[in-house]
Amino acid sequence: MKNPTIPGGASARPPARFAGRWLTRYEAIVFPAIGFGGLLLLWWLVATFGTKLLPTPWEALVANADAILTPFHRRGPGDLGIGWLLLSSLRRVFLGFLLGSIVAIPVGFLIGSSRQAMLAINPIVQILRPVSPVAWLPVALATFNLANPSAIFVIFITSLWPTIVNTALGVSSVPQDYLEVAKMLEMSPWRRMTAVVWPASLPYIFTGLRISLGIAWLVIVAVEMLTGGVGIGFFVWDEWSRLNLNSVFLAIGAIGGTGLVLDWLLGQLQQTITHRPAPKQL
Amino acid sequence: MTQPKPPQSTAQRDRTSPDQQPFLKIEQLYKAFTNPKGDRTVILNDINLTVGSTEYISIVGHSGCGKSTLLRIVGGLETITAGTVEIEGRPITKPGADRMMVFQHYALLPWLTVRENIRLAIDEVLKTATPAEKSDLVNEHIEMVNLAAAADKYPDQISGGMKQRVGIARALAVRPKVLLMDEPFGALDALTRGKLQRQVLDIWESHRQAVLMVTHDVDEALYMSDRIVLMTNGPAAQIGEILTVPFAHPRNIHEIRESPEYYELRNHALNFLDHNFVRD
Repeated sequence: MKNPTIPGGASARPPARFAGRWLTRYEAIVFPAIGFGGLLLLWWLVATFGTKLLPTPWEALVANADAILTPFHRRGPGDLGIGWLLLSSLRRVFLGFLLGSIVAIPVGFLIGSSRQAMLAINPIVQILRPVSPVAWLPVALATFNLANPSAIFVIFITSLWPTIVNTALGVSSVPQDYLEVAKMLEMSPWRRMTAVVWPASLPYIFTGLRISLGIAWLVIVAVEMLTGGVGIGFFVWDEWSRLNLNSVFLAIGAIGGTGLVLDWLLGQLQQTITHRPAPKQL
Repeated sequence: MTQPKPPQSTAQRDRTSPDQQPFLKIEQLYKAFTNPKGDRTVILNDINLTVGSTEYISIVGHSGCGKSTLLRIVGGLETITAGTVEIEGRPITKPGADRMMVFQHYALLPWLTVRENIRLAIDEVLKTATPAEKSDLVNEHIEMVNLAAAADKYPDQISGGMKQRVGIARALAVRPKVLLMDEPFGALDALTRGKLQRQVLDIWESHRQAVLMVTHDVDEALYMSDRIVLMTNGPAAQIGEILTVPFAHPRNIHEIRESPEYYELRNHALNFLDHNFVRD
């Protein structure tokens, strides 16, 4: 089966003319280096000529050297290494994402396999999906009265929509041939679900999960800025309040790297489970 | 034919070849589709056909003549509008493993290996067999279609011809009474097609059973089948003619191609199809 292209999914593919070409080592090193070099140059120009607050790349690196080399230091309650901050945020993201997926996959299955369920649930999904998940924070705070469960709840909401939509799409687009094989073999409805529909829609489900996790990782920064506590998002805001832009750049790098690793891990998991290469996401 | 000749039943319509007992019986079959606007299109119009239990039947006709629909009705994948389709005297109402389909586009489950695809079918159908019996059966059918080397590959990793061999092995592994093949060689290149036709014929010649094969290739039908059902054009397709192919099995494609009868039948079938084509 071809890897599905999911409409509305966040997976922009490299243009087709790149497909099937192996990168030479030269290409794999030189062109990314040119890209990053250009970015650093831009940063340097803005920091030097644009504003007095921003550090240049070199200044930021020097100022952050200690934080990068000792990511797991503990020097008192207000001075935790960036590794600890990331772990606190990751814990919230994982909990919310896990709970969200546990709800979203069955709901997506239901929508994808039942017309009535689709008619009942789809309008809710369509209305709530475009809402920034951060808008749920007051609702969560009013309900839980605690920052941490509220943050997890917002991540839970974040993780719902892409997984629901993609799961439903996967389930409803299981090739007719596979279903006819199930009929020929006289599979029970339960067996058809578990032996045919579920594995056939797994690539779509994983696409949903990867989009959900990506957005959850975006949203946690904003949520923590609002809720405070220990976490990478609050760290960003706290350091900005102290006008310590060096640390902000450190956080940006750390958030980006972690997000990349998260997506890669989920891609590996997909490959292990579906026995097919995960679709590339740009 | 190797099997003894049973006496002809008097009740049946004169559609059975003389040395076959009725096994699959299609009588006064009509099939119509109704579109959402309420317009009715008759696809199959009064189909009568009887197939013997070890007979290889080809159904030939132009695209859209409803030959696939006929096959899918026997498979239980389409409903009947009027008439009866019976297998061993029992009406067909739903799909079942006694009638296995080989799909044009293979319909292999891509997350399972070759072995697992065949095993899945066996697990579903032969529920009482022991695991050892099941795995023997899987191996036997993998050998039968010469896929031992590819047994642990995924469908994405093998060629179209190999995929169709898996499809055939999967269908035969559950020991169906009727094998239904919907243009089984249609998606293959000419060389692969010839080889696979030979293989399927070898398998059939050593384990004879009822086969219904839809094709639009007259040579394929002549090479493989005992009788050829020629369909008129749709909509409202009918059986135009039934040709009996006189060559004895096992067949040799070169020998039968040298016989004048082959060309007579071939021209006859092609003329029939041309005539139908022009008429429309």
